[in-house]
Amino acid sequence: MTSAPPTTTKHPTGIVKALGEEPVFKPGDPVRISIRYPVGHYRVPMYMRGKRGIVELILEPMAVNNEEEGFGRNAGSKGYYYRVGVSLTELWPGYAGSPQDRLVIEVFECWLERI
Amino acid sequence: METHDHDHPDVHQKSAAEPAPRYYEIMETAVRELLVEKKLVGPGEISRQIEVLDSRTPALGAKVVARAWVDPEFRARLLANGRTACESEFGISFYDDTKLIVLENTDKIHNLIVCTLCSCYPRPVLGLPPDWYKAKPYRARAVREPRAVLAEFGTDIPEDVEIRVSDSTAMVRYLVLPQRPVGTENFTEEQLAEIVTRDAMIGVVRVNLENRSTP
Repeated sequence: MTSAPPTTTKHPTGIVKALGEEPVFKPGDPVRISIRYPVGHYRVPMYMRGKRGIVELILEPMAVNNEEEGFGRNAGSKGYYYRVGVSLTELWPGYAGSPQDRLVIEVFECWLERI
Repeated sequence: METHDHDHPDVHQKSAAEPAPRYYEIMETAVRELLVEKKLVGPGEISRQIEVLDSRTPALGAKVVARAWVDPEFRARLLANGRTACESEFGISFYDDTKLIVLENTDKIHNLIVCTLCSCYPRPVLGLPPDWYKAKPYRARAVREPRAVLAEFGTDIPEDVEIRVSDSTAMVRYLVLPQRPVGTENFTEEQLAEIVTRDAMIGVVRVNLENRSTP
């Protein structure tokens, strides 16, 4: 894994944003969706876990992690959701349709791994 | 916005002709009455929310689509931010605080929306989802074999057109902006809105001049 060190984005006004304020991923980044099975209702469908995709869009603004929130554990910390595109041939071995067919899904930052 | 052509019966009353309530209906009634009794929910809040939902129908989404077809600048604003375009130009409130991404169908891309986990749906613009949208066969098959599902709706998508399925899992809702059919060049915005169906805004059919009815 050759992930670049976190870059510091400096606004023209000289303002430096805190870590965690900026999205970890950007459009075009290849990612893998984590294979984890925490107890409870997690809004990453089972069929997506472990699949590879490409970040298509950063969903602005930041949002609370609704899964943590659902368990009353969120202290107001926020993160980004991303629209992640996955080829249907990656998703389903033997997929019968066109190889360019795609699925796009919103995934919260903590479920994405850089690849 | 359409006017109501029916009265809202008191949600607590059931007509004598209806069958006896089943397990989940009894549970819903019990929970609702308990919430009101404990003053966690005011007695008017539930009926108000029913009114909110009743005021949202596919006719609303159809107006948005028709406007996007006739007004390129609106279309650009709608594609840039579906929610703010609907809010500021149609007064459509997003009472559930969801975002709205409008997915444009083109000659190269056909969009389809689904919620595999439950029944996430652009309710602020379309109202309640159809039953088949909430049923497991559609939810499972839309992501597994979208072309077969579309074919069952009578929609054949050529192989060189990408099918793009959006699974709605969190806080974003999707609305498909269908392609404007040929032969509508002289239609007014109102006439265009009449041909846009709910199913076309889900992406399971195209808008065509033959299928005008919206259930």
